[in-house]
Amino acid sequence: MINPINNLNKLFDSRVRLGIMSALVVNDAINFNELKELLNITDGNLASHLKALEVNAFVKVEKGFIGRKTNTTYRITKAGEKAFKSHIAALEQMIKSIG
Amino acid sequence: MNENQQSLETLRDIKRMMERSSRFISLSGLSGISAGICALVGAWFAAPYVVGKKDYIINFKAAVNLASDQDYSIILNNWLFWIAAGTFLAALLSAFFFTWIKSKREGIPIWGITAKRLLINVIVPLLAGGIFLFKLLQYETFGLVAPGCLLFYGLALINASKYTLNEIRYLGYLQILLGIINLWFVGYGLYFWAAGFGVLHIAYGTYMWNKYEKNS
Repeated sequence: MINPINNLNKLFDSRVRLGIMSALVVNDAINFNELKELLNITDGNLASHLKALEVNAFVKVEKGFIGRKTNTTYRITKAGEKAFKSHIAALEQMIKSIG
Repeated sequence: MNENQQSLETLRDIKRMMERSSRFISLSGLSGISAGICALVGAWFAAPYVVGKKDYIINFKAAVNLASDQDYSIILNNWLFWIAAGTFLAALLSAFFFTWIKSKREGIPIWGITAKRLLINVIVPLLAGGIFLFKLLQYETFGLVAPGCLLFYGLALINASKYTLNEIRYLGYLQILLGIINLWFVGYGLYFWAAGFGVLHIAYGTYMWNKYEKNS
């Protein structure tokens, strides 16, 4: 039997990154400030986690403007959705195999 | 904490974040109860102008013919209007108050994507209903106002249920059911209105408070 631990994505070890993915998977697009409010973390912290997800092509970044203020919105990519779903499946598998 | 528990905890976190980011979950059961009480008080104030005046409500022409000492159009246009407006405002403010308290306690900002989404989806059917009811009043079809309120409000709630706690959908179904039954009992709208906006709100609010807030 394959150990489900192997299917867990290392990138999702971080609670913040997992939180970002959870929010993005059920929303069309969320902007930076809304994510910040949801997760209750600082700008720098959120930005670094978003960068990690962006580098792995799990989220798409769209930069725009509302008036003069920048408005950066984030969307989940197909690859991100796939990775996130298999991560959840692996977690469920682990619970089933033990419990 | 073993691995099993850890996975379970992680899955719970994921679910919580999905809910928090997609639904407005701060809506308090106490908001339902307070809005219901406002509706009952409003209905009580409105009763002297409406109860026992079935003929006037159904047929304004008959009302004019029957009216001896009072001009019912003035009553309907003024006092009932102000009672309705006051009731609406009181219900809205009290509902907002308890939801604001709950959002503070849970540390979720009251104004965010989920609140915006919920508001738009409630306002659109309510506004359409409001304009429709306004026209009903203009055509003096008073008997259809209460069923109209219940029907449009029910539709708004069902629409809203996708963006807040899902149970509100059943409140919507019941409001629509009451509205439809009321269509066959035109002239008794105030009773149906009080049952829908008063009693059902209180029952729903109590249920939700028991389910989500009592133990937190």
